[in-house]
Amino acid sequence: MMIKNIKFIIIILFSLFIFLIFLKGLEKPNNYLPEKTSNKIETNLSANKLYDQIEVSLGELIDNNNFSIINIWASWCLPCRDEHAYLLNLKRTNNINIIGINYKDKKSNAIKFLKDLGNPYSEVLIDPDGTKSIELGAIGVPETYLVNNKNKEIIKKYIGPLDDVKFKEILKIIKNEKN
Amino acid sequence: MKKIKFILYIFSFTLLFFNNLEAENPDQVDKISKNLRCLICQGQSVYDSQSDFALSMKILIQKKINEGKNENEIYDFLKNKYGDWIVYEPEINKNTILLWVIPLILFVFGGILIIRKVSIK
Repeated sequence: MMIKNIKFIIIILFSLFIFLIFLKGLEKPNNYLPEKTSNKIETNLSANKLYDQIEVSLGELIDNNNFSIINIWASWCLPCRDEHAYLLNLKRTNNINIIGINYKDKKSNAIKFLKDLGNPYSEVLIDPDGTKSIELGAIGVPETYLVNNKNKEIIKKYIGPLDDVKFKEILKIIKNEKN
Repeated sequence: MKKIKFILYIFSFTLLFFNNLEAENPDQVDKISKNLRCLICQGQSVYDSQSDFALSMKILIQKKINEGKNENEIYDFLKNKYGDWIVYEPEINKNTILLWVIPLILFVFGGILIIRKVSIK
């Protein structure tokens, strides 16, 4: 009788233990984001410009300035609308070279988006089938890369829209690297 | 009535035939995309997924094949961009050697156990 009870209690405790482990596991976010990836920018990656359809390579666009920001956006993407103010702010206050990549968008919609909300981009390239963004290592829209023009490397990748925290971080990085 | 049915039959048959003809080397793209994990809808392969990311990825794979890249070169390119995790079948290196060897060891060990048990009886 006694042994039977102990067995029963052990089984209950063991099940409870496993249950707690699984419960804990549920809380853990298990979405994978790429971490250990190459930071080199493909300078020979070329795309057409939004306004005049002239093909230009990325290397030409991140040639002269200290830092560039590459921002992947689309007019149909709602979070892009939210982060647009941050891009305008970066352009206005720090005059950073911002290159927009227009992801899977209609030309008329993209132009209207920039007309309505303002255009922070030095140059907008189009990516109608999404392949250019994949060659840059993007998953979706919006994504923002802070690029060091000297060695053509991505300093920081932001997946998802910019917010106050990321905005301050960008300013901090630029300030530190300039000195 | 019979004539119309016959013409309709011939028409749909040729349509199907042209459909097959138009699809150019889909096998290679399918094979590669089945071994790629879709990063948007994790748990699905790029082949299965209909997300924007996966659709673009399939176009990109086709482009790379047209450029003359082989399967391994495409995997290397994508691993460079997204990390090893994007391929379902990890390559053998220092970090993944245990992953590949442990099942083999377990298999041999289990086999030995079974043989011993059988021969004892």
